[in-house]
Amino acid sequence: MEWLSIEEWNAVALSLRVSLWATFAALPLGLLTAYALARWEFPGRQILNGLVHLPLILPPVVTGYLLLLTFGIRGPVGSLLHEMGITLAFRWTGAALAAAIMGFPLMVRAMRLSIEAVDPKLEQAAATLGASRFWVFVTITLPLILPGILAGSILAFAKAMGEFGATITFVSNIPGQTQTLPSAIYAFLQVPGGESSALRLVIISVIVAMGALVLSEILARRMAKRVGQG
Amino acid sequence: MSLSVAITHRLGDTDFDLSFDAPDGLTVLFGRSGSGKTTVTNAVAGLVTPDSGRIAVQDRVLFDSALRVNLPVHKRRLGYVFQEARLFPNMSVAQNLTYGSRFAPPNPQAPKRDMIIEMLGLGALLTRAPGDLSGGEKQRVAIGRALLAGPELLLADEPLAALDEPRKAEILPYFETLRDELKLPILYVSHSAVEVARLATTVVAMENGKVARTGTATDVLSDPSFTPTGVRAAGAILEATVAAHHTDGLTELDAAGIPLFLPKLDKPTGARVRLRIAAQDVILSRSRPEGLSALNVLPGTIEEIRAGGGPGAILSLSTPAGRVLARITQRSVSALDLSVGTTCHAVVKTVSVAPADIGGA
Repeated sequence: MEWLSIEEWNAVALSLRVSLWATFAALPLGLLTAYALARWEFPGRQILNGLVHLPLILPPVVTGYLLLLTFGIRGPVGSLLHEMGITLAFRWTGAALAAAIMGFPLMVRAMRLSIEAVDPKLEQAAATLGASRFWVFVTITLPLILPGILAGSILAFAKAMGEFGATITFVSNIPGQTQTLPSAIYAFLQVPGGESSALRLVIISVIVAMGALVLSEILARRMAKRVGQG
Repeated sequence: MSLSVAITHRLGDTDFDLSFDAPDGLTVLFGRSGSGKTTVTNAVAGLVTPDSGRIAVQDRVLFDSALRVNLPVHKRRLGYVFQEARLFPNMSVAQNLTYGSRFAPPNPQAPKRDMIIEMLGLGALLTRAPGDLSGGEKQRVAIGRALLAGPELLLADEPLAALDEPRKAEILPYFETLRDELKLPILYVSHSAVEVARLATTVVAMENGKVARTGTATDVLSDPSFTPTGVRAAGAILEATVAAHHTDGLTELDAAGIPLFLPKLDKPTGARVRLRIAAQDVILSRSRPEGLSALNVLPGTIEEIRAGGGPGAILSLSTPAGRVLARITQRSVSALDLSVGTTCHAVVKTVSVAPADIGGA
């Protein structure tokens, strides 16, 4: 890469890795949560809904600090993981965890909307035709909500690419280790002469964010068209 | 095969307590909206679990509260045609049609795909998406999809209710074909006396979650004391044979020796038809009418007179061709001095018999 320095390129690559991992790891749990919120009646449904949305309304630095308390080496979960050989604090894996949690509400929201748009009468019809609940989900529900799943994933990915506050609080800003794109922009702005580096990274950020938004819009529109055809 | 239902259930303010059998052929669950027809159908399908009772197709128990049997929906091997077609929007027509066959156990008696496509006229639609179909086409695909799952029982919950009149006329004959050509019980929910007259081999009339009447369509519809969907919908069924097609556009029917003239029927000479004569289209006359434009005159004897809450009365008349219902005013009843046993003539205008009221017997 001619126009990106090693340090800049490292930040972009790390951000992509962190965001992809955050998105894919959150996907199954996000889908389950969205399905539960859309379809199941259970005690504590509203509490779960609130918890899912919490990272959206809390200051990111608070989320980051709570992560540090919980998943830090001396935290209740972090110490357990540390004994098993997994360390999250001040590692890129911790950045992925922070990004996943920050993107989770966006992911669940998009998936939940798409699940709510599926007419349960279609699933009922599939059951009368001999499909068990598993097959109903695989052959009817899943294809119909696929655009919603993709849209939610793209939003979560974009959020992960831009996540700053929780990440820097939880895993700090170590170049090559935990210095994601936003952290790198912040770091470049702190040193004299870093503006041009920061600007290049800002442009990359804007392109990724806009691309994700456009893509998720297209998928959402396709979903509306598909589901409205019954 | 035969479906037998005996259930009790409580839903909202309605206490269901009913039992009936639906043999091969088409059984119409008949009653006004809110009488519980759909709940019963959903109980048969497994979409509603009754409080107690037993539901079985022949010897196969679908639900039995005493034996603690409650087969899940997907194991009941039935076809369900809903009011709305409920086609899967993520699949083509062809994929919709074969959806059920991958779950069905091998059944050599199950209708073949090509036969169903031919019977329902779906050949030209196979590659289309459900969203591109008209209401009538969608419902035909839904019928085909249900049949190709190889069901032992077909349920249809007001399958025509969401369609306009021309589309209804398009779909109705298909159900006649199913009734006549498939050896499986069809449970068909309807509040339309027209559909009962056209389709029913057996009628189970429901009121408030109970069975009010059962019998043949002729028996149930020609009972003047039983008008569950209102007196306006009352009308008896006559069976007749097509005698001749006349050049002036009329078809002559022979109803037990009495000639009846109808607008041209698309049925061959000798075909058995049943026609529903709406009670409000019948005029009664003490003497054989002369100098009257109406072509159809049925002599008979009054069997029963039921005065309604309003100014009208429903009379049933026993004629050689069968029972005829007439709806006239109570004033006419006294002016003509009509009472049980009086002989009189029922007069029906040729054009008042709607095409939808005539079907194959």
